Amino acid sequence: MFYFDFAGTLSRWDVFAHAAAFTVGLSIASTLLGLLIGVAGAAARLSRFRAARAVAFFYVELIRNTPFLVQAYVVYFGFPSLGLRLNAITAAVIALSLYAGAYVTEIVRAGIESIDKGQVEAARALGLSPTQTFRHVVLKPALASVYPALTSQFILIMLASSVVSTISVPELTGAANDIQGLTFRSLEAFLVVAALYLVLTAAFKGVFSAIGHNAFTFKNAAR
Amino acid sequence: MFQTFSWHHVGFLAQAGLWTLLLSTVALFGGAIFGALLMLARISIFPALRGAAAAYIYVVQGIPLLVLLFIAYFGVAFAGFDVPPLVSAGVAFTLYAAAFLGEIWRGSIESVGKGQWEGAAALGLDWPGTMRHVVVPQAIRAAIPPTVGFFVQLVKNTALSSVIGFVELTRAGQIVANATFQPLSVYLTVGAMYFVICSCLSYLSRRLDERMRGQGTRAKAATAQPAALAAAIQ
Repeated sequence: MFYFDFAGTLSRWDVFAHAAAFTVGLSIASTLLGLLIGVAGAAARLSRFRAARAVAFFYVELIRNTPFLVQAYVVYFGFPSLGLRLNAITAAVIALSLYAGAYVTEIVRAGIESIDKGQVEAARALGLSPTQTFRHVVLKPALASVYPALTSQFILIMLASSVVSTISVPELTGAANDIQGLTFRSLEAFLVVAALYLVLTAAFKGVFSAIGHNAFTFKNAAR
Repeated sequence: MFQTFSWHHVGFLAQAGLWTLLLSTVALFGGAIFGALLMLARISIFPALRGAAAAYIYVVQGIPLLVLLFIAYFGVAFAGFDVPPLVSAGVAFTLYAAAFLGEIWRGSIESVGKGQWEGAAALGLDWPGTMRHVVVPQAIRAAIPPTVGFFVQLVKNTALSSVIGFVELTRAGQIVANATFQPLSVYLTVGAMYFVICSCLSYLSRRLDERMRGQGTRAKAATAQPAALAAAIQ
């Protein structure tokens, strides 16, 4: 008969806890770097210069139309041929940031384009200074409109980060792989890890919606 | 000793690309069947059914696909079946696609105005009749662009099935990279093949979406003849 035996898996809870912390750290680092790339990418996408627009367009299309696994392989296995030897963690952060950057580029671009030019003109006509206009009329609504997309992008990055276990990064899925090698209870190890990912996504969703509710109070008033 | 990366290998990769397309298509059709059931459960009048479908979607969208793949792979073995990797990968991708397609299609169904339901009820149509002749024909128009867009995600994500030993494009790339010791050229070639498939599909999805939006006013006029629309779709 088939039976579950979680004993060996659950007794290694400290390994899971470390790996979960690693996954969270990896996701935060990659999302922040991705945010930098994304803001630069959005600026390039909306720039006056045709070359900058073209480069940003091809970057976004290239990343969005190839699997993340292949991107990670190119960085980790391919770059050494160019003389750029990276350890697994650096390669993972680079690949994840480039991946996040492409999606963030599109999100930020949509956010900036969502601000009507008339809003800025109206603010100026009402006597707001350019700094005040930017802060209250452009930045806050733009952030508020991209905030939900950015936070769900963070969750997607966290889920995508499981893929870097294939280039030997010791994050959550990698930990499950190691532990199933020790306990021979493969299904149990992956069920535990799946539950941990669910807890992480639920926790981050909760935190993000609490932050969003407090940071963009003007939106609550409008509803 | 080592082979040199050549057209011969590119041919091998292209052949593996067909397996990628086959797995994506299996996932699309399997996911379509279960996704349609999920969509029906999500809009049903039974709270338990709605809750179960919502929970399923929450779980599948809240764990990494790679972990889902491992669970399907080891779960099938755990249940005592000895099946080829194509089957366990097909099972995992079907479970995955169902969750996403179920949500996409629920959105399309709900995008059909309430007045359509009321109008159909006033004309004496029962629930299946309303769905079949009024709601679904209109919802399909809204559903096609995001469904094609999701197919792009599926094609990309099938790369993960290489991890459980299914020889598709990415796994073939690993094999060639190990034989030639030229990982950069091999993985760039693999990436280019995905790019060709996915950017064509992305373009198609965008065009369909634009056409849908552009026809907004005409679409409203066309809803007067759902039967004609239904015929056009069949």
